[in-house]
Amino acid sequence: MSNRLRQTPSQTLGPFFAYGLTARQYGYDFDQLADGRIARDDTPGLRVRVAGQIFDGAGSPIEDAMVEVWQADADGHYPDAAAFDDHNAFHGFGRCGTGADPACRFVFDTIKPGGHDGQAPHLNVILTMRGLLLHLFTRIYFADEAAANEADPVLALVPQARRDTLIARLVEPGLYRFDIRMQGDDETVFFDV
Amino acid sequence: MSGFSRLQRDVQPGLIDPGYKSTSLRGPKSPLIRIPHRLGETGGPRFGAGWVGAQDADLTRNGRCNGEPLGERIIVTGRVLDEYGRPVRDRMVEVWQANAAGRYVHKSDQHDAPLDPNFRGSGRCVTDGEGRYRFLTIKPGAYPWRNHPNAWRPNHIHFSLFGQGFASRLVTQMYFPGDPLLQLDPIHNSVPVDARELLIARFDIEATEPEWALAYQFDIVLRGPDATPMEA
Repeated sequence: MSNRLRQTPSQTLGPFFAYGLTARQYGYDFDQLADGRIARDDTPGLRVRVAGQIFDGAGSPIEDAMVEVWQADADGHYPDAAAFDDHNAFHGFGRCGTGADPACRFVFDTIKPGGHDGQAPHLNVILTMRGLLLHLFTRIYFADEAAANEADPVLALVPQARRDTLIARLVEPGLYRFDIRMQGDDETVFFDV
Repeated sequence: MSGFSRLQRDVQPGLIDPGYKSTSLRGPKSPLIRIPHRLGETGGPRFGAGWVGAQDADLTRNGRCNGEPLGERIIVTGRVLDEYGRPVRDRMVEVWQANAAGRYVHKSDQHDAPLDPNFRGSGRCVTDGEGRYRFLTIKPGAYPWRNHPNAWRPNHIHFSLFGQGFASRLVTQMYFPGDPLLQLDPIHNSVPVDARELLIARFDIEATEPEWALAYQFDIVLRGPDATPMEA
């Protein structure tokens, strides 16, 4: 332990990240590594849209957050290094700022991931924003996977009363709603990863 | 398979910080729930050398319109290591910053300072075989913010890195040595006092380019694959 280097401390993303990290989404003249469109036209799997808002402790939607998703493919496999050699492959990674949408939504168009390692289908999420000194990890599970969710080893670590904060609601076929609440009685569960 | 080293809480800021006002409504209040590491945590996006364009690491060129950007040209370089000292190779580093006048290109920055038509202020590069990255840019200016009366951010460059997996993600800010605003800045001061120096670049005469640009060295240490077996 003592011979370990000290980690570089985290600092906030700040409010002005868009022309660096999500430039195309916000209309700046710079490309970006990934956006809200995770699935390619030819990616096998069930097409789903996962969208939501992020609310602060006063209930106001947050307009300067960035959400990142890392997910498995429809068979439950995570993309490997070789997948990233091909710009047109499925990378399982998405990034979306909330400031380009009038309602401050994030929107991901993807495919429903397969289960992996005994876990229910889920999206791994990193959330960062002005006012967060350290990014947060959460997960998005799917409401129509009740049996798999019941058996999921990570959900099992979450007190029953808070599990619903991690489950996206099926609004209509192919459309899930997942809102994130930073504080309050139904504060979203965040993980120490 | 082993997991990743965990966050060193003694160097990291907290989620709610009384000095930094925006944290009061945005930092979660319930304890985080610790989870073991599986592929979703130890894997992650692998944006490597194929994902950077020729001028992406040269911020003095990648936003030009009709001339050169104004301000002090600087080199910012360093190594990305994991906490066991192993280089983090072929991994993406993204940066963004204000211009020399302390103004961001971002549309919602309303600070009354000039934009520079020849400077956007964002770029990226990929670490080499020794974990080294290098940017050429313009030294960013200080700017006011509304956290408290007469609040000013010290000069800084924002960094975003993935490292080797989703668990090693880091978003941070690099500061400059000798900046008198550092000790007044609630964001820098959110870090435990002994660890604040880790965010301050070192002026490096060896890395300067004579007749061209001064250089700053900023090494970054990320979480990485643990040497011990995965925790239950």
